[in-house]
Formats: sequence, C-alpha cells, structure tokens
Amino acid sequence: MSRPAIRLAGVDVRYRERAALRNVDLEIATGERVALIGGNGAGKSTLLRVAVGTLGPSAGGVELLGQSIDVLDRMAVARRVAVVPQAATLPFATRVEEVVGLGRIPHEDPFRGARASDRAAIAAAIERVGVGHLLGRDARELSLGERQLVLIAMAVAQAAPILILDEPTVHLDLRHQVGTMDLLVDLNERDGTTVVAVLHDLTLAAHFFPRLVLLDHGCVVADGNPSEVLTPDRIRDVFGVDPALVRLGA
Amino acid sequence: MATRQEVVAVDSPRVWRAAAGLRSRPVVIALLGIGALVVALVLGVGMGSVAIVPGETIGILGHRLLGLDIAGRWSEASETIVMDLRLPRVLTAMIVGTGLAVAGATFQGLLRNPLADPYVLGTASGAALGAAIAVLIPVRIVVLEFGLLHGFAFIGALAAVYTVYRLAHSGGLAPLTSLLLTGYAVGSLLAAGLAMAMYLSGAALNQIFSYLLGGFDGSSWVRLAGAAPLIILGGTAIMLRARSINGMLLGEETAGHLGIDVPRERAILLALASLVTAAAVAVSGLIGFVGLVVPHVVRMLVGPSARLVLPLSAIGGAALLTFADLAARMLGEIPVGVVTAVIGAPFFLVLLRRVRAGYEL
Repeated sequence: MSRPAIRLAGVDVRYRERAALRNVDLEIATGERVALIGGNGAGKSTLLRVAVGTLGPSAGGVELLGQSIDVLDRMAVARRVAVVPQAATLPFATRVEEVVGLGRIPHEDPFRGARASDRAAIAAAIERVGVGHLLGRDARELSLGERQLVLIAMAVAQAAPILILDEPTVHLDLRHQVGTMDLLVDLNERDGTTVVAVLHDLTLAAHFFPRLVLLDHGCVVADGNPSEVLTPDRIRDVFGVDPALVRLGA
Repeated sequence: MATRQEVVAVDSPRVWRAAAGLRSRPVVIALLGIGALVVALVLGVGMGSVAIVPGETIGILGHRLLGLDIAGRWSEASETIVMDLRLPRVLTAMIVGTGLAVAGATFQGLLRNPLADPYVLGTASGAALGAAIAVLIPVRIVVLEFGLLHGFAFIGALAAVYTVYRLAHSGGLAPLTSLLLTGYAVGSLLAAGLAMAMYLSGAALNQIFSYLLGGFDGSSWVRLAGAAPLIILGGTAIMLRARSINGMLLGEETAGHLGIDVPRERAILLALASLVTAAAVAVSGLIGFVGLVVPHVVRMLVGPSARLVLPLSAIGGAALLTFADLAARMLGEIPVGVVTAVIGAPFFLVLLRRVRAGYEL
C-alpha cells in the first residue's frame, strides 16, 4: 500500500457567503490519471487550488504524498506538485528553454542558480515533451498549441511526482487537444506521474482518463470510470443538456 | 511515492547547449561593462576644467587607492583635484547609476511591467516634495554635510512608497494592478504638493528646480559614505533574491506553484528596491532614464534571468551615469538628467529597431 498522492478529507471552502466546496472527500492514488469534470462554478478549480495549497480550506485537511500540506513549506509543495500554468503571459522576451528552466526553481541552489543536474533535467524535459525544435524562439511568438507544450515541459522539468492541469485543452484545435492528451497519458503511463486535470470536454475526458470525478455545486456527485460517471441522467441533471449531445463512443 | 522519472537519453547537442548555456555571452558582456567602467573612471577623474592626463590619473589613483607606486610624478594640485573633487563625484555617479539600474530591474520584474522604473511607486514625487519642503523651511541644518534637503528627500521617498503599499493592500483589486494604480494616484497628489511648494518658493525656486533635474556637483566623500552602504547592501540583498524575481516571470500564481512565497518576497523586494532608490535620489536628485533603459538593454543581450540582469544592470548603470556626468561637466554643468535622456533615448530607439523581431514592450 503506497500513500495516496492527494488526499482531501472533509474539505469546505467558502468565498464570503458562498460555499465553493462542501465536505469533499477525495483520494487519488499515486500513479493514477484523474479528470475533474463539472459545469462552470462547480468547484473544480477551487479543488485544485486547495490541493496545491494556494487556497486554505475553511475546514478539513489536505495531504500530499501522506504529509499534511500545513507542515510543508512552499518549496516542498513545489517539489511534490507541478502545476501547468493556464494563461501565462510574459512581460519580457523569453526563450523557450528559459521558460522550461523556470521549472527548476524549487530544486536549484537559491543563490547560485542552476547546477549540472538542473541543466540535465531541463534538457530531458525538452526532449521528453518534444519541443526541441522550438529552442531559441521567443515563447511569446509561439502558437497556442506550442505554448501549451512548452508550459507542460516546464512542469515536467519540475520533476514532481504529481502533475496538475487546469483546462489544458482550452483554446486548442482538435489536433493539439489530442496531442496534449496523448502526452499526458504517456507521462502517466511511462513515467508514473500522477496526473490530475480539470477538463470541460467530456468526450476527451472519457476517452483519455480511466477515472472521472464529477463535481456539482461544490460536492463530489460521482466518482468512477467514465461509463459509471457519465450516465445520461447525470449529464441531463448536472450539465443541463440533452445526453445525446455527448457521444462517449465505445 | 513511486516516481519512476524515466532516464531519457539526451543526445542532441543543441538541446544540451540550450539547457546549459542559455545565452553564452554574459561573461563577455560583464567584462566589456567592467572595461567601460574603468575607462569611465579614468576619463571622469581626468577630464574637467583642469585636464589631468590619463597616465597621471592612473598614477594618483594607483598610489592613493591601491598603495602602488606605478610611475610618473604629479603635482600636489592634481592630487587634490583628483582625490577631493573628482573622485568622490565619479564614484557617486557610479553608485547612483548602480542603484537606479538595479532598482529599475527589480521593479520591472516584480510588477511584471516593462515600463516600470525606480520611481513608479511614488519615490520620485515623495523625494521631490520632501526636498521642496526642506528648501521652504527657513532653517539651515547641516549634519556631516547632509542638509535638510537630503534628509527630507530620503524620508519623502520612503514615506511615499510606504503609503502606496499600505493603500494598495486595502482595496479589492489584484495586488499588482492595485500597486500601479495607487502609485499613480499618490504620485499625482504629491506632484500637486510639489507644484504648490514651487509656487510658494519665490527665490528658492532655482534650488528646487536643480534638485528635480539631478546632478553630482555637490558630491563629497561624506555624502558618498552615506549613500553607498545603503545602495551596496540593498543591491546585494536584491541579487541574493534573484530566484524570487525569476519565479514571477510567468505571473504571481505560477510563482506560488514554483515554490515562491509571493506576498513575503514581494514585500521584501519592494522595500529593498525602494531603499536603494531613496538613497540614490537623496544624494543625486531625480535622474531619469537610467533605471528604465539599462535593464532593458541588458535583457536584450542576455535574456530575462534576474541572476544575470541584476549584476549586469549594476555595471551598466554605473558606466552610463559616469559617462553622462562627464558629458554634463564638459558641456558646462548642464543637468545630468538631460544628458541621460539625450544619450539614452536615441540609443534605446536604435536597439529597439534592431531587435524588433524578438522584442516588444
């Protein structure tokens, strides 16, 4: 029995009066690949923010790899969880390899900067994600699909056992959506990285993720494999659309 | 925690070079910058109404600073001019240039705004109002060559930033937007106070005006000794936190995910950069452009990593301001702020045109 990668126990989050998460219990095992789904405002992004410690819960506890997040400092959290930034803007011209290199911040020497091991990890992440052809280019001039890959490479360079993504396919065309999903599956299956992603596209979620967690009004309403979670009744109730619009394929 | 981080065979040398070298030129650039600084020192000390040839200058400097008897002989008058008049002035220009450039790079990185400069959060208007009030008060106190003007300018700069910081944190806006907008609002208010003070100043208007334009003609060893420790210690402390500035490149949220304690680092770095700026403006007045342009030129050359940008900006700011002060003296003591703008702006425009493909503000 290995320790769960992420464990939320009885987590409540309130923004002023409104409850964003209510009594959420969730356990994600090491090496799992989990998609969080649900409508806008269901609490998916809030759940991610609680899981990485940027938002403290009003009640309940969070553990990362068996250790309470309250006793971990920010650097220790960053060595356990890598988060792929959602909409990253750069104020200055920055080369692709320099963006990937930011992922080493939790590991590098605070005063002397990157060491040989950091440079090896940067090179490995660039190869692993396949962005070698973008080296030397200003990251601000890349297409959205390329930028997404570079940000994932940065998170891979962070070499954390848990990888978290908030809507990684938003703004991407179909080819890049599938490409991103393939990469996540590969990182999960070959490297053993635990992958947790918020996804809006139920078809992608059902196709690429063996476990779905459905949130509605701050509560986990279903948790299991795609065919258990995405029943026609639930799609009608939670998303308010005709289930025939969501084709889950075989 | 089973993390089978797979060992990937990396054989592409291009990938390795990119990961290792980033850009390969920082050492060359640092050496060129230091070379320029030495030339600026020798020229700055040698040139003036009484010209002292470079050989003599080097001899005096070597003898007095390093205890070396290199060569040649020089008159006592030359030695007095070099040691008591010109050297403190040149060193003050260097240290102020260093301070402004490092503070500018810090504010740009923290606020994630290419148009930020050391004065963006109200230091300039605070210092100016402080100086103007000091001029208006009909009391002359001089402690160790520091007049009321220097003290009030220093306190005014810090008080302005502190006010901006406190006010910015009570609103509901995003921290960075709030800081910039509050800085603008407080700056405008202080500028109104400054305008009123200038209106009331009568015969003392000239004194306020010359502070606003900046300059080094009142430099002395004692004043240098007041400002230099603050700028050197503050600048070093900023450089030791380069990692935090780098972490903020992709935004404060990502900085948090990369392990940076954002509120704490932001507060510490703003305080250090403001201290450095306040020390610089207290001895030199308001000198524009150095803090804005030098970090950008350095970034164009070596990329955005604060580990390189901060030290290279320190060297570049020192060299630029020393040459600017030299030019200001040669042109008959015109305000050095005019010179930095006249040298800096066209140079900056040329650079922007040359690298437009890879750089945008």
